Amino acid sequence: MSAIDTTFDQLRADGQVAFMPFITAGDPDLEFTADLLRALDQAGCSLIELGFPYSDPIADGPVIQESYTRALQQNVRVGDILKMVEQVTPTVQVPLVAMVSYAIIYRHGIEAFLDQSQSAGIAGLIVPDLPSDEADSLRSLCDDRDLSLIPLITPTTTPERVARILEHSRGFIYYVSIAGITGERTQLPVELADKLRQLRTQTKTPVCVGFGIRDPEQAALLTDAADGVIVGSAIVRRIGELAGENRDAALQSVVEFSQEMVDSLKRE
Amino acid sequence: MERMPHSFLPKPSPDAELPDSRGRFGEFGGRYVPETLMAALDQLEQSYLEAKQDTAFQQELAQLLQHFVGRPSPLYHAKRLTEHCGGAQIWLKREDLNHTGAHKINNTLGQALLTRRMGKARVIAETGAGQHGVATATACAHFGIPCVIYMGEEDVRRQAPNVRAMRLMGAEICPVTSGSRTLRDAVNQAMRDWMASVEDTHYILGSVVGPHPFPLIVRDFQSVIGRETIEQSETILGRLPDLVVACVGGGSNAGGMFYPLVANTDVELVGVEAGGLDAQPGNHAASLSQGQPGVLHGSFSYVLQDEDGQTDEVHSASAGLDYPGVGPEHSHWKSTGRVSYCSVTDQEALDAFQLMCRTEGILPALESSHAVAATLKLAAQRSPEDVVVICLSGRGDKDAAEIERLLESG
Repeated sequence: MSAIDTTFDQLRADGQVAFMPFITAGDPDLEFTADLLRALDQAGCSLIELGFPYSDPIADGPVIQESYTRALQQNVRVGDILKMVEQVTPTVQVPLVAMVSYAIIYRHGIEAFLDQSQSAGIAGLIVPDLPSDEADSLRSLCDDRDLSLIPLITPTTTPERVARILEHSRGFIYYVSIAGITGERTQLPVELADKLRQLRTQTKTPVCVGFGIRDPEQAALLTDAADGVIVGSAIVRRIGELAGENRDAALQSVVEFSQEMVDSLKRE
Repeated sequence: MERMPHSFLPKPSPDAELPDSRGRFGEFGGRYVPETLMAALDQLEQSYLEAKQDTAFQQELAQLLQHFVGRPSPLYHAKRLTEHCGGAQIWLKREDLNHTGAHKINNTLGQALLTRRMGKARVIAETGAGQHGVATATACAHFGIPCVIYMGEEDVRRQAPNVRAMRLMGAEICPVTSGSRTLRDAVNQAMRDWMASVEDTHYILGSVVGPHPFPLIVRDFQSVIGRETIEQSETILGRLPDLVVACVGGGSNAGGMFYPLVANTDVELVGVEAGGLDAQPGNHAASLSQGQPGVLHGSFSYVLQDEDGQTDEVHSASAGLDYPGVGPEHSHWKSTGRVSYCSVTDQEALDAFQLMCRTEGILPALESSHAVAATLKLAAQRSPEDVVVICLSGRGDKDAAEIERLLESG
């Protein structure tokens, strides 16, 4: 059992929904990321998704792309990110989930990357460019290390694929709300809540929803449909706008936004 | 002239079955893309495998290639270039004489037919040199399909004539301003568009790169080059060439030329990459010669990247070769040793370009000039009995202004 399983067991026992912010490691630098991880942990988030900057992120919209570019311009390296995580995790309670391209994992050396991630205290991996068809070997290596390899399901995933993906699900299902790239949307698909409910009848694995969600009002509509809500661009945009000049203001803005999200997801 | 016996036709080989059902050429290839695209890739594979067996589809494509593209393209003996070089006979497979001036149209017409077959209403494409963009815009105009072409801002500047041609044929050009503003970023942006539009849009990928089934489909549509070369060699020379040379960026003209010849191990095959300024990282685009296996744009293949898996910046004077990856089948051919890969520098390509212009009255594309430059070295070491075929993948009109600029800046 990974730390992710424990977290969702507790949430389900309490009848609560997870809020999972996404931040980019090294945007604008790793010291800020470390401070932000501690602050988000205190702010009531249930898990935190940590993006490893990548030069060619095809699933990402401009906001997250630009955050990756900012981090890479600071020459943020995979080894530095893992070192920072290792220093932070003893004081951070919530599980950290790494969002990392397979290009990076492969080049780093698959087992080395997994060993180092695990010993740094990372609880799971989302590998956005590794569909289930190619994931068998990585999943089994993750299982050996109590790392959850999180599967993604999207609106274009056929029922046959959904069934196959659910069979091998670990940690939680990342349900992508829209066919498209990351980024804030003013409107989420009307059928989204129904799709999530339908998916939850098919699996015991918790289902979290991400892509496009930008404010507490949208999130509140999903509390009865999902086990967790993931927000990336709305947070990364706040960091991009502020962190260059005023780091405290950036940190505070993200924490306040996250607290609003946590409150909007609270269930009686 | 009498037709040659069947022994000159490609022999069946284990490689004839590649890629396997998982889109692998040996260890290379596969599908490293977001889940959102998987259903569309399955649909495309299914549709293509059906079309391949469908005589009506094959006939329609053959008709288009003959009457719209002007195929077969000639196999032409470059006598003055041969004389200048002083070695093996140099012959040119004249893909530059195709409609739109390059081999790219062979693939775009095939994929436009697939687009119609799948009932998709819109096309997107990436382009580097603009040749694939023009060929896509042309095929889409021919079939009346709206299309959007993603092109790096830097390439929009250095390939202005192609940009004009695309617009005239009704294509919408989206300049890409992220990253290095060249082909790699155009591919990223086209994939991002496809993530959101996949239900009603087909992505006409222009090279033998990307996730399965693109490397298979593009190779098959381009293999008309190799099949014609075999037929023409048999008819004109009574035998197959000794050496065939093609430039490799993503590797579509080389893939199409080599694939029908791969089984015939008497024919030596050489792929020529862009050596750029020198062998320093960032100064060239020679993925097979200088890179190592990794993942880029949905495929496991040779790639130029740093120790963290971040894609390297690349450089080539030629916009069509300015790409940090290469098709997975080329990686496979490199690993089996069936094809040799080398690189030539910007300067060598420019020199070859000028030599071809002046000795033959043919303006080759800067991409194809890389194959010419490598051939000059290889042919000089061979006897006049030997026959070398260069895949002259495109014409160089689009490059004339940029070459003038490069020659003046010296």
